[in-house]
Amino acid sequence: MGTILKERKQQVFRKGEDGFAMACERNSAAGSVSQRACVFCGSRVVLYPIADALHLVHGPVGCAAYTWDIRGALSSGPELHRMSFSTDLQERDVIYGGEKKLYHALCELIDAHSPKAAFVYATCITGIIGDDIDAVCRRVEAEKSIPVLAVHSAGFNGTKRDGYRAACEAIFKLVGTRSIPEVYPYSINILGDFNIAGETWIIREYYKQMGVEVIATITGDGRIDDIKQAHTASLNVVQCSGSMLHLAKLMEAKYNIPFIRVSYIGIEDTSEALWEVARFFKDEKIIERTQRLVAEATHKSMSLVNSYRPHLTGKRAAVYVGGAFKAFSLIKALRLLGMEVVVVGSQTGRADDYKRLRSMCDEGTVILDDSNPVELAAFSLEKKVDIFIGGVKERPLAYKLGIAFCDHNHERKTALAGYEGMENFIKEVYASIMSPVWRLFRRDYAGAPGGR
Amino acid sequence: MKMQTTAPSHTATSNPCKLCSPLGACLVFKGIKGALPLLHGSQGCATYIRRYLISHYKEPIDIASSNFTETTTVFGGKNNLTNALKNICTQYTPELIGVATTCLSETIGDDVPQYLREFKSEQEPNARLPHIVPVSTPSYQGTHMDGFHAAIKSLVTYFAAPLPRTQRVVLFPNMVSSADIRYLKELLADFALDHIILPDYSCTLDGGPWDGYQKIPSGGTSVEDLAKLGGFAFAIELGRSPAGQESASAYLEHKFTLKRYTTGLPIGIQATDEFMQILETISRQSPPQAIREERGRLLDAYADAHKYCFEKKAVVFGEADMVAAMAGFLLETGIIPVLCATGSHNGILKAELEKLSCQSGRSLEVREGVDFEEIHDISRKLKPDFMLGNSKGYSIARKLGIPLVRVGFPIHDRIGGQRILHLGYRGTQQLFDRIVNTIIENTQAQSPVGYTYM
Repeated sequence: MGTILKERKQQVFRKGEDGFAMACERNSAAGSVSQRACVFCGSRVVLYPIADALHLVHGPVGCAAYTWDIRGALSSGPELHRMSFSTDLQERDVIYGGEKKLYHALCELIDAHSPKAAFVYATCITGIIGDDIDAVCRRVEAEKSIPVLAVHSAGFNGTKRDGYRAACEAIFKLVGTRSIPEVYPYSINILGDFNIAGETWIIREYYKQMGVEVIATITGDGRIDDIKQAHTASLNVVQCSGSMLHLAKLMEAKYNIPFIRVSYIGIEDTSEALWEVARFFKDEKIIERTQRLVAEATHKSMSLVNSYRPHLTGKRAAVYVGGAFKAFSLIKALRLLGMEVVVVGSQTGRADDYKRLRSMCDEGTVILDDSNPVELAAFSLEKKVDIFIGGVKERPLAYKLGIAFCDHNHERKTALAGYEGMENFIKEVYASIMSPVWRLFRRDYAGAPGGR
Repeated sequence: MKMQTTAPSHTATSNPCKLCSPLGACLVFKGIKGALPLLHGSQGCATYIRRYLISHYKEPIDIASSNFTETTTVFGGKNNLTNALKNICTQYTPELIGVATTCLSETIGDDVPQYLREFKSEQEPNARLPHIVPVSTPSYQGTHMDGFHAAIKSLVTYFAAPLPRTQRVVLFPNMVSSADIRYLKELLADFALDHIILPDYSCTLDGGPWDGYQKIPSGGTSVEDLAKLGGFAFAIELGRSPAGQESASAYLEHKFTLKRYTTGLPIGIQATDEFMQILETISRQSPPQAIREERGRLLDAYADAHKYCFEKKAVVFGEADMVAAMAGFLLETGIIPVLCATGSHNGILKAELEKLSCQSGRSLEVREGVDFEEIHDISRKLKPDFMLGNSKGYSIARKLGIPLVRVGFPIHDRIGGQRILHLGYRGTQQLFDRIVNTIIENTQAQSPVGYTYM
């Protein structure tokens, strides 16, 4: 009985072993219960937080039903993104084509909700039946005088990463279509933060304190008009594992806007992100304000770290995330707490990501690409982890095994970015590990599994 | 009586009150011992459905996918299906693999039964293969309930073969909670009936902690029992089938010599009485004293609380069978189900509510094929006192400023959705207490007096 499938032998490594060459960036093995989703999911995740747009899923009802209001991406204004719209294709549509239905659905929904733009997501089925979504979008755009953008996200057409790319291309069509009266010399766009539990607001506030203008937040608490004028920013600050990297590259090529990659997870990486932006503008006042902000926030957060560290030192963590970039930050953040990451992996990491992970990890750490429940459970037990950090699909796995869990994905309601986020993270890790319930799971307890 | 069942006036579906058929099929396969569901299509289908089910059951839910790529879509899914089956056998060593199709594999015309025949013939003669049961579940047809029934039917047609007659009973419980299935097992045991329940996810989707990792959680209807179905004497089916469709129990009756009983979900006194009558007939036993006492307590509670209930208005939504049963139960307590709504469009709810409407002489609004936007629009005009249904109704209840009593599937915003007991006198008792207390709590909270007694 194989824990690791033959096809996956080159996607599971331990630091210290010879011949580390992660065979990543490839399709999941058929029949493995991958934690990945599909192209559509990648696009939907990225565009979801744009709150004043209509998001219409062109396909059977499932794709829209399963993505209805499932993320904690907050909006300071309209909340159209929290609704689920679908053309709900039926058998006759599959036979005769769904273009007419799409046209009518779009017109109706635009009339009913007056969105600033509409995104039309292709699904597996529309990819197959050959609906010309672009043509329908052009027609409705002309008739309704709002941007109507096709997102080429047929589920089978690659991985989640290709979905990010399709989303970036749709967004890119909006950029540059609106001018602003004033151009700010010290201005940025925040890319790749989705305002889960208000994280974009936390980050935006830092930049405000630094004296840096934020033109558009893409896509957390996103607005169509802001995105349209995003080309006026001097710098793109990109977070996350590349979900928005493609957009940054497109904007660099067309508008000559440079970009930097940052992370807002953990004290160290948050400070570094703010510093990078300050250094980019080379403005004395900004540097001075950044210095003050970072010093004060770090001091405050570190006092919390210091009070919790004695309780958490030596605890072992498993980290499994979507993109590897977050894993880098989590390793650093957990180390600061005296904790050790003994299992680490991602759904869609790239070869250079895994090289970097390997260099960061301790000897013996298990490194995984595109893992599955069987492997994750086996390694969590083998490495005796105290806490699993992942997403909703990993949570019940951890609990079944009597392991604490911290949700670091999109459904959570606690902000984990920035200094405030780090404080929340520390408290959650502590509360999860220290809960008395795990003591009842100990194997030597009567009534417990394997107990007397 | 107002039986509004015309097709919706709009084209798009906004906030759907239904899910796609592969979800229902996966749920059924999770109720078979040693089984693993495999979705033949894109990876996202399996992942989304896993996430959706996990958020309700709070249990690990492994569903494999044949992981279509662009090439698969062009050349067909045979290779992917074959590799998926092999990998599942290696990693999970299942007793059964339930292969459900998706919109993608159906549309490109994959012949899954043929692929499976070829797969079997390509294996070594002595190879020990799991049972592989295919079911056709194109997401553009029907709802998750259709996938649920289709998977049960596939299992029954796969396994049932002529056998010498036994006295055993098969109960088809409909899409009810894990707690409901546990209750049904207890009940049938109380009547000394030798039975199986299909599907039985009472343990697989509501179990205790694990010593080590269980690749497939223990529990479920066993393959050995399924193989004996052809000799069973009785089938009980809870819930109704759409006109023109042969249900699993109807198939067994038609093909073998079994006697079949059908009734609605046993919720409320009259509906449960009907169900008990069936159990009495089959077992030739009168209900045990404990069950009679449960019935007595429930009726007693109806009397205690009738003034709180009389002509209170409820909006009931969800799967057709669940909604119909809830409406019947509410009506016997004096509560009016002013709107009964479902996302499916197969006439079940309409037919059931017609019966109830005649019995009660009440005008009831019935909607099939609706989404939550329509439920919201209609509810606004009806000014209900509370809503009764799954957690997806919360946003409407919040906007209307009325409570939502959570029943059915999914319950994504509370713990213990899988442990809500709906069925029998006992389940009704729990439901009734919750509903009445919700009404009282609402009145109490809005009262300027702040009474501390009721």
